[in-house]
Amino acid sequence: MSAAPQKVRAGAEKIDVTISAVTPLNELVTRFEFARSDGEPFPPFSPGAHTIVELNDGGRTRLNPYSLMSDPSDLSTYAISVRRDDHGRGGSLFLHRNVSVGDELTITYPVNLFPLDLRGKKHLFLAGGIGITPFMAMIAHLERMGGAWELHYSCRSRALGSYADELKKRYPSKVQVYFDDQAQSIALENLLNGQPLGTHVYVCGPKGMIDWVHSMTASHGWPEENVHSEEFLAPQPGKPFEVWLCKSDMLIQVGENESLLEAMERSGVDAPFLCRGGACGQCETNVIESEGEFLHRDHWLDDDEHANGKKIMPCVSRFVGKSLILDR
Amino acid sequence: MSRFTFPDSIASRPVYGTLEPKQGKAHLMIADAEGAEALLDLGMHNPDIFKNSHVIFIPKDTGQTYIGSLADLDPEQFYVGPSYDASVPRIRRVLSGAHMGLQVYLAGTEGLIGQAQNEAMQAGIPHTAIQSEHRGSVARRMQCVHCKGITEDVTTDPFVCSHCGLNLFVRDHYSRRLAAFQGVRVDAEDPGNIPVPVELYS
Repeated sequence: MSAAPQKVRAGAEKIDVTISAVTPLNELVTRFEFARSDGEPFPPFSPGAHTIVELNDGGRTRLNPYSLMSDPSDLSTYAISVRRDDHGRGGSLFLHRNVSVGDELTITYPVNLFPLDLRGKKHLFLAGGIGITPFMAMIAHLERMGGAWELHYSCRSRALGSYADELKKRYPSKVQVYFDDQAQSIALENLLNGQPLGTHVYVCGPKGMIDWVHSMTASHGWPEENVHSEEFLAPQPGKPFEVWLCKSDMLIQVGENESLLEAMERSGVDAPFLCRGGACGQCETNVIESEGEFLHRDHWLDDDEHANGKKIMPCVSRFVGKSLILDR
Repeated sequence: MSRFTFPDSIASRPVYGTLEPKQGKAHLMIADAEGAEALLDLGMHNPDIFKNSHVIFIPKDTGQTYIGSLADLDPEQFYVGPSYDASVPRIRRVLSGAHMGLQVYLAGTEGLIGQAQNEAMQAGIPHTAIQSEHRGSVARRMQCVHCKGITEDVTTDPFVCSHCGLNLFVRDHYSRRLAAFQGVRVDAEDPGNIPVPVELYS
């Protein structure tokens, strides 16, 4: 018997937790801390890992991924920081409005799609806004190991700079914070120029920032193995559509405000998933037949696969057209 | 002609490409013997990259053949060394002071490519980002799996371990960490039954 849990259902194994603290950090961001409901310590996690939080919002199950931001050496607690998105699908709003200390939730075992490469001689962190969260765990880990790191953190304003003051105070020589409203920005080209051989760069933030870092490092001759990024996509609403699932022998409707993956789950189909954000590849599904247009939004399939219409990532991608038949 | 096409083999066996100019802040080129021809070919179409290149060349038995033409590429720094081992302190010094954006080009024998690649990897460059082109001798750097001793420039199969004296079979099983192929006793099951050595790839 291997050490890995034997999976019987899609997704990672689950843990029942109780909310142990809710701490508003600023107008938009709140930290939620969890303790295990059974009182046991949490499983260890590697920095950069995320968990999927299961929310029961009036009978509708929401599954949202959040980076674990607590110190990986402290297994008595897991913490996430959630930015309220007033125009999103409601998961973050639900957490902000309806979840308080003592509430019971279910989260998944941690999954890491954004790990540190510990062969790196130095770790250069670039955070944009709420993208600071995985770096909180990475910094705690590297401080303990004596690893070399540096953080460049760009946020909208001093008031919205979650953890900016705390980090700056604790690591004054390693942390640089940039405020958009003071017209400050990361001088990426200069920053890349001086880095010693063996440096790895990690970026977590909006898509534009991630693309900027990838293209700038490529033009400066950085190997792509040394450039790491993570961007969770939330499924976007869209026109409702109909899908025939041939293995399940079932015709399902995907509503305006749900993803194809969520619609499958609602219909009782045990579809595979891990990140629910278009990054991990777990939910990749073969298209048997289609007449219409795919709205691919994932980071997993390459451009050719997006163009040929033979695969879809149901966690974030949609379809517009006459008919779609999937091998699920 | 200094090129040799290796037959397909197991996944462990390194494969080599053709050096191409890469975008970068600085270029480190390390070659031995006929490996010089790969640098000359690179320079023929891309003379500009030599302006910020450091070329380390070990002529081995090619003597003066390539030194003049390599110098004509006008690299920013040009070092000619008597042996790979003699050049190692220089290679380490260059890598330890280098910045991200350094491109590494290796050319020549498998022994040089493997060892220099290992230095670059230890300095933090992923092996997939290090370019290499095989030229010249197909001699191998072999590790005896029994005594762990390294025998350089092995050209026959089997060969005699220069450390423990066992007769070793030349395998394609390669270690990036050791920069060596594995040599295994050829007469382990039938001591004394040693095939007549043949030239590699003959």
